[in-house]
Amino acid sequence: MTAVDDRPTTSDEIGRSRLRKEDQRLITGRTKWTDNIILPGMLHLAFARSPYANATITSIDIEAAKAAPGVVAVYTGKDLQDTMGTLICAYTITPDQVAPPHPPLAIDRVSFAGEAVAVVVARSYKEARDAADLLDVDYSLLPVVLDMEAAVAEGADLVHPELGTNISAHFVFDSAAAGTGGDVDASIAAAREDGVVIERTLRQQRLVPAFMEPRSVVVDPTGEQITMWSATQIPHILRFVLAATTGVPETKIRVIAPDVGGGFGGKLQTTPEEFVTFAVARKLGKPIKATETRTESIIASHHGRDQIQKLTLAAKKDGTVTGLKVELLADMGSHLALIGGGVPFLGTFMFNSIYKFESYRFDLTTVFTNKAWTDAYRGAGRPEATFGIERMMDELAVELGREPMELRQQNWITHPEFPFTTVCGMTYDSGNYEAATAKAMAMLDYEGLRREQAERRERKDPIQLGIGISTFTEMCGLAPSRVLGAIGAGAGGWEHASIRMLATGKVEVVTGTTPHGQGHETAWSQIVADKLGVAFEDVEVLHGDTQISSKGYDTYGSRSLVVGGIAVVKAAEKVVEKARVIAAHLLEASADDLEFADGRFTVKGTDQGMAMGEVAMAAFLGHNLPDGVESTLDSDATFDPEDFSFPHGTHLCATEVDTETGLVKIRKYVCVDDIGNVVNPLIVEGQVHGGLAQGIAQALYEEAVYDEQGTLTTATFVDYLVPGAPDLPFFDTDRTTTPSTTNPLGVKGVGEAGCIASTPAVVNSVLDAVRQFGVKDIEMPMTPLRVWKAIQGASSVGGEVEAASASPHWEQPVQSGGIQTASSDTRSDATDGSQA
Amino acid sequence: MTRITVTVDGVSYSDDVEPRTLLVHYLRETLGKTGTVVGCDTSSCGACTVHLDGDSVKSCAVLAVQADGSSVTTIEGLAQDGVLHPMQQAFHENHGLQCGYCTPGMIMSACALLKDNPDPSDREIREGIEGNLCRCTGYQNIVKSISAAAKASSSTPAGVA
Ligand code: FES
Ligand code: FES
Repeated sequence: MTAVDDRPTTSDEIGRSRLRKEDQRLITGRTKWTDNIILPGMLHLAFARSPYANATITSIDIEAAKAAPGVVAVYTGKDLQDTMGTLICAYTITPDQVAPPHPPLAIDRVSFAGEAVAVVVARSYKEARDAADLLDVDYSLLPVVLDMEAAVAEGADLVHPELGTNISAHFVFDSAAAGTGGDVDASIAAAREDGVVIERTLRQQRLVPAFMEPRSVVVDPTGEQITMWSATQIPHILRFVLAATTGVPETKIRVIAPDVGGGFGGKLQTTPEEFVTFAVARKLGKPIKATETRTESIIASHHGRDQIQKLTLAAKKDGTVTGLKVELLADMGSHLALIGGGVPFLGTFMFNSIYKFESYRFDLTTVFTNKAWTDAYRGAGRPEATFGIERMMDELAVELGREPMELRQQNWITHPEFPFTTVCGMTYDSGNYEAATAKAMAMLDYEGLRREQAERRERKDPIQLGIGISTFTEMCGLAPSRVLGAIGAGAGGWEHASIRMLATGKVEVVTGTTPHGQGHETAWSQIVADKLGVAFEDVEVLHGDTQISSKGYDTYGSRSLVVGGIAVVKAAEKVVEKARVIAAHLLEASADDLEFADGRFTVKGTDQGMAMGEVAMAAFLGHNLPDGVESTLDSDATFDPEDFSFPHGTHLCATEVDTETGLVKIRKYVCVDDIGNVVNPLIVEGQVHGGLAQGIAQALYEEAVYDEQGTLTTATFVDYLVPGAPDLPFFDTDRTTTPSTTNPLGVKGVGEAGCIASTPAVVNSVLDAVRQFGVKDIEMPMTPLRVWKAIQGASSVGGEVEAASASPHWEQPVQSGGIQTASSDTRSDATDGSQA
Repeated sequence: MTRITVTVDGVSYSDDVEPRTLLVHYLRETLGKTGTVVGCDTSSCGACTVHLDGDSVKSCAVLAVQADGSSVTTIEGLAQDGVLHPMQQAFHENHGLQCGYCTPGMIMSACALLKDNPDPSDREIREGIEGNLCRCTGYQNIVKSISAAAKASSSTPAGVA
């Protein structure tokens, strides 16, 4: 063998569309979902849940259930009070944030319909379920609080009377106070004098994450350690919270996330079901399984979004934006979830987006209601912000009669201005909004469609065309630990990886990230193959078991590659440095004279060299190592990002709106995302597609609806409209590449981009089609009925401005136009009917 | 309890089942065929799709007793002698799955779709898998996979089962 022949051809793994390693078992049904697990003597749990949204539990009669066939035990919250631990919120967004205690099983009060009040343990699930229906629970009903605006009003009924308020926290970021920009009230006052002020109230409806695998948990207490398998995104965090709140030593708990069927933030939670199952298994000393039904999943897992956004944008007459004031009410539901107020809080840094505002104020009130708790859902805080600002940019364009893309261009950070520190103090390292936009406009045939739009308007075609824009950015790489510390998070943001060099030349990579569909096994293999010069096939990626992967912060927030992938890179670099010392010794050369490329150390200027696999074998044997050198190449690394990364892109959506039926059809969807360098384009494209589907679904289909008693009326897949294949368009996706400068791979994160960007593109598009009729707003989801009513409502007033809707919807008088519907009206299907 | 005899993935089983047992639970719990999964309780998601005497059915909408005397093919019986079925191969090659939870049902539905319509348009594919929900992929690569499988089987004599 010559030195050259010996080289594996693996130097170009990064950037290659490798087919996924994970697929084989998933396409053949050899899967390990939590619900598949059957253990000897395993018992099954069924939960009894409150049908009432706000009530005191007066009594629970368990006798009939206890006597039912197959039943082993029945427990109420009181029975498990001392052993079940407690659910926590890891984010304290203000020092005086308040939160009620959150027992996994209600003890004496329930605060949303679906809260678990008791649990039945039986030999089979069917027996447990049948017996749970025999539980006789008496409730004393309390007034139900559902509307956020009513909840924060003086004298409101209370979700948690002991707190004395429905407000969990009130957080304010002000650019003048922070020294990162001017005074927003001054900007608005100036614009009222000699500019334009746009005021709008927008609604982000409540959504259900709706991962396809219902959550399931199995706990086996029979070994020295208590093992929990759970359909979770966060096995490491879960172990920590279990240990911290139950008093069981962390060393006695092992958490495994086996195959997990999607999460989207919905499995970024420590759940009541996990804690109750843990407690029951310990009590009975038997393995226990609890798998939820879909209805339980929709009712009792956390929801996402749910904000009322009051937005004020100030601009000069020439369209230059100056100030942005954001006042948010964010619905926390019944309790603070794991991230809780931290989700809307992320909007602090995102509402200003890619635009150069002089002044900015973000005012967030987190509110309790008698609904399911809310927490992360794909994008978590950033989709809400992107929606708000992209809607407002369109509103400004309409107000000024400007071309919406041109107006954005006038205001965005131009390519030569990077790195750019924004009005909220974030430094965007890199970006090229011009390039992404030019590409997207060409792909859509923007000019051509604008012409067609004009023609359709001209001939009063019943099918009207709209074109919607979303030029977005977001923040990934959550997060530098010091930043998390500064903003009240009870967690860090580093990630861990270790690499084990096996004697046979194979490589095991242990990662602290916990994939559930993202393809880390494939992507991490590509990174390691490149960095160590080993074959892609020779790398095995291990994850999701705290006994194997002992450290990690898991997978969410598009952080896995940007943080976890970099940890893998750092660990690989350490392997190379360890190997270099041994190779130098064996080659009788100085370490400084060795070059490492394509998996091989060579002595500069000679044909002498040895492959990484040979060094691994030498380390394994340990026969001939330099003095004082350990006989291992294994290395680990913990990477803490120095800053966030800021993916961006331009999404364009053309919709056809049938003005006679209100039906919206997406004619063409184009997006150009800039997520920096890419490890695997195939996986990236898949992530974008899935994100787009969810973002579009928010615009057109999905909403969690409660009735006036606080019962969720969309509790099945018949009522909660997750789109099927015919409901979604073909996505025309492309990329531009502006590498991030804050990490060695130049990557930025892609998991949430599609979901963050697409919602406003669709909504802006539909509004663009129907504004000509006087429609100013249509609430999401833009169902045919809502669209039709909006058109009807607007045209029936014949373009006359109604006095009621022309008054400003909060304090200050508005001099210039752009007045929007009264905020209380924004939840109705109709528009205010006023004509610009 | 009712005695049923069912052939599943080529193996014959006789079991006593409670009359209310759903086929999907019989497959998963009695036979250990956990490749077939449950995603909902309203027969909406299609995750549980199998072939019953050659036709695709949602196994959560069929009682085990209704399968008595029938032949069932699940995702686990699709590959033959370690060789992937062209539809499985196509899902792999076109990145037609992410978390993989919808995948067994999606693949079984897709096979049935091609049996009825060997050369479907993209629109027909979308309509054909309407009863199968996927939360991860946005369906684009699923459509691509099925289309690729159709092309592959029209160019090979083996065809799609
Ligand atoms: S589990 Fe059968 S359709 Fe959902
Ligand atoms: S691949 Fe996850 S639900 Fe389809």
